[in-house]
Amino acid sequence: MEFALSEDQRMLQDSLKGVLGDAASLDRMRKIAADDVGEGSALDEALAGFGLSALPVPESAGGLGLGALDACLVQEALGYNVAPSRFLATAVAARVFAGKPEILGGLASGDVKFALAVTELFSRRDGAGVELKGGKLSGKSLLAQSVDGATHLLVADAAGTLHSVEAAAAGVTVMRTIDRTRSFHEVTLDGATPLASATPDAETMAFARLLVAADTLGAAQAMIDKAVAYAKERQQFGRVIGSFQAVKHMCAEMAAKLEPSRALIWHAAHALDIGDSEGPFMANLAKAHLAEVGTFVARTSTEVHGGMGFTDLVGLHYWYKRIGVNRQLLGSPEQARQTAAQLQGLVV
Amino acid sequence: MKLTLDPEYEAFRAEVAETLAKNVHLAPTADDKGYKNPKRIAWQKFLIENGLAARTIPKEYGGYGAEPDILKARIIAEEFARTRIPGPMAGQGISMFVPTLLELGTEAQKQAYIRPTIQGEMIWCQGYSEPGAGSDLAALRTSAVEDGDHYVINGSKIWTSTAKQADMIFCLVRTDPAAKKHEGITYITFPMSTPGIEVRPLVDMTGTANFNEVFFTDVRVPKSGVIFAPNKGWQVANATLTHERGMLGDPNATKARLVELIALMQAETMNGERLIDNPLLRDRLMKLQAEVYAMQANGLRITTSRLQGQPAGLAGLVVKLQGCDLNHEIARLAIDALGDLGILYEEGEHLRANGSWQWRYMYDLGLIIGGGTAQIQKNIIAERGLEMPREPKLAKA
Repeated sequence: MEFALSEDQRMLQDSLKGVLGDAASLDRMRKIAADDVGEGSALDEALAGFGLSALPVPESAGGLGLGALDACLVQEALGYNVAPSRFLATAVAARVFAGKPEILGGLASGDVKFALAVTELFSRRDGAGVELKGGKLSGKSLLAQSVDGATHLLVADAAGTLHSVEAAAAGVTVMRTIDRTRSFHEVTLDGATPLASATPDAETMAFARLLVAADTLGAAQAMIDKAVAYAKERQQFGRVIGSFQAVKHMCAEMAAKLEPSRALIWHAAHALDIGDSEGPFMANLAKAHLAEVGTFVARTSTEVHGGMGFTDLVGLHYWYKRIGVNRQLLGSPEQARQTAAQLQGLVV
Repeated sequence: MKLTLDPEYEAFRAEVAETLAKNVHLAPTADDKGYKNPKRIAWQKFLIENGLAARTIPKEYGGYGAEPDILKARIIAEEFARTRIPGPMAGQGISMFVPTLLELGTEAQKQAYIRPTIQGEMIWCQGYSEPGAGSDLAALRTSAVEDGDHYVINGSKIWTSTAKQADMIFCLVRTDPAAKKHEGITYITFPMSTPGIEVRPLVDMTGTANFNEVFFTDVRVPKSGVIFAPNKGWQVANATLTHERGMLGDPNATKARLVELIALMQAETMNGERLIDNPLLRDRLMKLQAEVYAMQANGLRITTSRLQGQPAGLAGLVVKLQGCDLNHEIARLAIDALGDLGILYEEGEHLRANGSWQWRYMYDLGLIIGGGTAQIQKNIIAERGLEMPREPKLAKA
């Protein structure tokens, strides 16, 4: 029995941390949030250079064939640096089109870049929704991710089938969210032709949610690290604030909630990797749980920083917003818990 | 990442399961109550002979004498939890005093105490906490004054479980009042039948006396009962406290409670609707299930760290805080799900599960406080896990 990361996984983590340390500095994130396109491209290039798009693609199609746990480690590192990336869309597309080598090859080489337009699988608002009629897709999807620079969209129709369509076939409008480091779009299709279609299984959707949870894990870990470091440095009433029990207890509570959550993500990812029947519901539990723990950490870490935590000077709000957006992405915590209950047959 | 066990261990699990299944008729039942119950003692001896209790205690002291093996210990615990067959005895004598004695006792002390203790024939209580000390354990004041080959003890202890039934006590006393707080303490053992000891049951909010107060008036005890050395009791006690904190926060037990809660919510109806079909209650259940799985996975991480001889770090430090709180929350949801019937406690037609959810809801609050309050645990997590500074000592006025 060994419930720990392998040497390879630790190396993957460390090398990606190294890349992101340089390529996803807070300074660059500020510029990206201010719509500096050049800075976004520079980050994309660094991540492409690392080979991020090939990681989740099977070896038979020219990828590295890494599993769900590896993907979680990648997403955690991205969350730690609040780095925008199309890794989530790539990883989901690689699973959805697992049987289609022509798509996988393009994903691995980076020639095919997917955006993810699946919000309506979980929540249809304001008349949004894409219908498949006579072999053509029409309608709109809100809060599509990674649309900038995408060659293709991965679009969900009203029946829950996912389709690949050319990005050029979609009309796009920017949607401004609280998180300015990542871009979200409203996409409109008017008779677009699906290039490939597949209906995702429970594992695929659970995997997508688990990646969002891993992203929150990374962002929350960063917020704890920042709070602890600040509390050891900042002086008030003649001593560092980290020596006050009130402050120490806030930091301890954050760590006590997040540390077991890390193990939960590993466990759920590993269960998905080995095809354990508990994998999908554990992944849904993880999505909901990290949303709650992340929200607690986001709030508490900001409070540990006092008034400075509220300002743009420290930049803590990028992580706060990352966690806040992740909470709603691909289904709210309540929806993920409902899915978890359904997957284990507690409710029909 | 590998959660399966090697064939050697799977074979061991099968062996344990077979031993338990074949001999379940020897196990005590709910009717076999009380300490030193012959059936319970016989079962304990059977478990020791078969390597299912006192497994790593040397044969010369009455144990099974196996090499320590974390995975085998884990498998045994899991098999008892899975089959719900009564497991080994786990009093403070067995879980705390015996490990301490093995580490720091004299040969004569080991010979005298270990065998009867692990067999359940010698019951111990722990004399640590005092009314005025609480979490500041080293502030204890019970005094032991030298008188030839004896000490004369005066003072009192509190939160002493099993004091009424105990044959012996392992106790912290102040032997050097002039020394610094942590340096004048001695760890001493003596019979509870010694003249001058009075035990008063302390009824708690569960309505039962789970604890006692113990009063010492001129209690004369031989110096041969000192463990390790006079005035070195703080080091000895710290060796035992590590064992105590490890006991609180067993993921197997918490998972078993959650499974019971799920069964309750599937079986019970209110206004003709199953409780599990109530979206609000189900949502709370799923929240707790996520925490239980997180706790279980965290436990797997800790086991792996131990197997690799690495410190478990934060993963280990958070167990008591998370585990105790989670158990309390599980009981709270069970009571909320039962609604107005959830307030019943004493026996009666409408009471569910013998009132065990209500008992746990109350008793678990005691566990959150005991073994170091939640606030003390948070200090430990912050100071040892996050390397945050200690609170500066107040300047002397």
